Amino acid sequence: MKSYLPVDFIVERDESKCIRCKVCVNQCTYETHNYDAQDDVIRSKDENCVNCQRCVTMCPTHALSIKKNLGPFRDNANWSSEVIKDIKKQAETGGVLLTGMGADKPYLTYWERLLLNASQVTNPSIDPLREPMEIRTYLGAKPDALEIEFEDGDIDLKTKLAPQLILETPIMFSAMSYGAISLNVHESLARAAMRAGTYFNTGEGGLDSRLYKYGERAIVQVASGRFGVHSSYLNAGAAIEIKIGQGAKPGIGGHLPGEKVTEDIARTRMIPVGTDALSPAPQHDIYSIEDLRQLIYALKEATNYSKPVSVKIAAVHNVAAIASGIVRAGADIIALDGVRGSTGAAPKVIRDNVGIPIELAIASVDQRLRDEGIRNKASIVAAGGFRSSGDIVKAIALGADAVYVATAALIALGCTVCQKCYTGKCPWGIATSDPWISKRVNPEIGAERLVNLLRGWSMEIKEIMGGMGINAIESLRGNRLHLRGVNMTDTELKILGVKMAGE
Amino acid sequence: MKRIIAKQEHCMGCGLCEVGCAVQHSKSKDPIKAYNHEYPKPISRIRLELNKPVSFAIQCRHCENAPCVVACLTGAMTRDEETGFVKHNPEKCMGCWTCIMVCPYGAIKADVSGKIVAKCDACTELSVPVCVASCPNGALECKEVTS
Ligand code: SF4
Ligand code: SF4
Ligand code: SF4
Ligand code: SF4
Repeated sequence: MKSYLPVDFIVERDESKCIRCKVCVNQCTYETHNYDAQDDVIRSKDENCVNCQRCVTMCPTHALSIKKNLGPFRDNANWSSEVIKDIKKQAETGGVLLTGMGADKPYLTYWERLLLNASQVTNPSIDPLREPMEIRTYLGAKPDALEIEFEDGDIDLKTKLAPQLILETPIMFSAMSYGAISLNVHESLARAAMRAGTYFNTGEGGLDSRLYKYGERAIVQVASGRFGVHSSYLNAGAAIEIKIGQGAKPGIGGHLPGEKVTEDIARTRMIPVGTDALSPAPQHDIYSIEDLRQLIYALKEATNYSKPVSVKIAAVHNVAAIASGIVRAGADIIALDGVRGSTGAAPKVIRDNVGIPIELAIASVDQRLRDEGIRNKASIVAAGGFRSSGDIVKAIALGADAVYVATAALIALGCTVCQKCYTGKCPWGIATSDPWISKRVNPEIGAERLVNLLRGWSMEIKEIMGGMGINAIESLRGNRLHLRGVNMTDTELKILGVKMAGE
Repeated sequence: MKRIIAKQEHCMGCGLCEVGCAVQHSKSKDPIKAYNHEYPKPISRIRLELNKPVSFAIQCRHCENAPCVVACLTGAMTRDEETGFVKHNPEKCMGCWTCIMVCPYGAIKADVSGKIVAKCDACTELSVPVCVASCPNGALECKEVTS
């Protein structure tokens, strides 16, 4: 069938700068560039380019630039070029449109409409460079009351505390499975989590035995496919997370195509080499809160009640009620993934239309748990498109204990959010299981970049807190008085629990 | 003694080390001028070996008992006892290719002039060899080794 699809991007090469070194040729995994030896010139197939910017970044003479194929159709607010191209694509393939990363539409974000406070005159701000600023965060169930005994000037804690995760900064790396991302990326995240005193999440594909040495900083996930779940895996991690859903594709299972299931991945996932790894949409042993409770306690039992158990859900319409059930089922941590959450592969229509913004989910869950008097029984971890320390501070003020970041971590490693993760050919060596392409991430350099990002964000969080006159993150958590809204309806303000700016 | 170590597990076969090396050994030291306007065209003394997924970039190993030094008919190839680097003196080279034939690593090339040979000089004038500095992925390392 003749394709009616126009090219998305146009590769421009400044011939006066090109030295025909062929770096672009070998760096593009989509085979966009090729060297014509007869004419001694590099030519490019625009139709292959996904605008990942790999070749542009690596070209030693800056001879390359990628232009958007403007339009290409006549401007139309309803029938945008994206809409027209999607329809043509489906008319040619008859399939579901796949995409990668998080929703890319602007109308799903509230962070820009939430503004932070600072101290002026009536209370002093704090200089974080001169005074101690505490951002250490503990995740897990907190006791209803503390029983303390004083004896000969000694203080003794009588209450038995539930197991906690100790984070030196309230930012963790979100679940990304081995298979969807390469071993080198897993290792970069693991090493960075070790060094920064935070945690990485294995995702649903198990943990390669070579990375067990980072187990003390791993949250090991148990998802519907149960890939790579066994006793030593559960015991290798610092916490266990039951994955019910994810923000990019609530209600949808996962599918790792057989060609990505290499020998190492097969061993880790405990499936035959080359077979499709299918994660069912639901956990087939969980059809109710009671069932969830059974799994939570089965996992606690398997690890001798030594690790907190987290339950991750996509933020959907009844999120507050569901969260309350999850906490009552015995979860120590509840992870909420908003509509902008990322993925390696999801149907585009699901990614862009299903779920609710994380801002609303944090606020309503935090409020509901407080109203029911069970907020202390579980920590709230928010996920889904956190882009900066500003977003994170706002999330904590809305009621989150900590956040999960994934896209931002991948961007630190090179990702340019080209949204083609599902092809398995990520030119940045991230979303791939190809042993050749994945060499592009050196775990040592990767870990350094990630630690730098966390350090930068942590310093900014302290700066913002200092400006507010707050010296411990505990005082910021759920402190919605430090937030004001703009451009919102009364209902939006009510759900977020914030006042209008100026009030 | 300093040596350049190739780390095959991190080499992604981009060839930027070769570009860096060729430019460093050009007249202009400018990539566009060196490649597009200089004659003879500078050549890289480091060579990328590729058999996916294995790849690494290799240059003169500066062998302790260097066969090229033994074989050189004119004394153009010598070993600097202090640094341990094998040096080539173009003034003395007569382009007989004996060293090219004896080098077990294939690290010596005919210079594009076709009259003498060219090989890695360890960029001794720089603080870090240019191939090491050009590698975006830490696949080349210059470090002190005990012979
Ligand atoms: S990487 Fe740049 S200089 Fe090298 S061949 Fe490609 S466009 Fe030309
Ligand atoms: S490397 Fe990326 S930006 Fe460059 S041509 Fe290939 S797909 Fe396009
Ligand atoms: S991980 Fe790779 S494929 Fe996915 S968006 Fe980032 S650069 Fe593109
Ligand atoms: S620059 Fe580094 S990664 Fe690229 S080919 Fe040379 S050694 Fe390999």
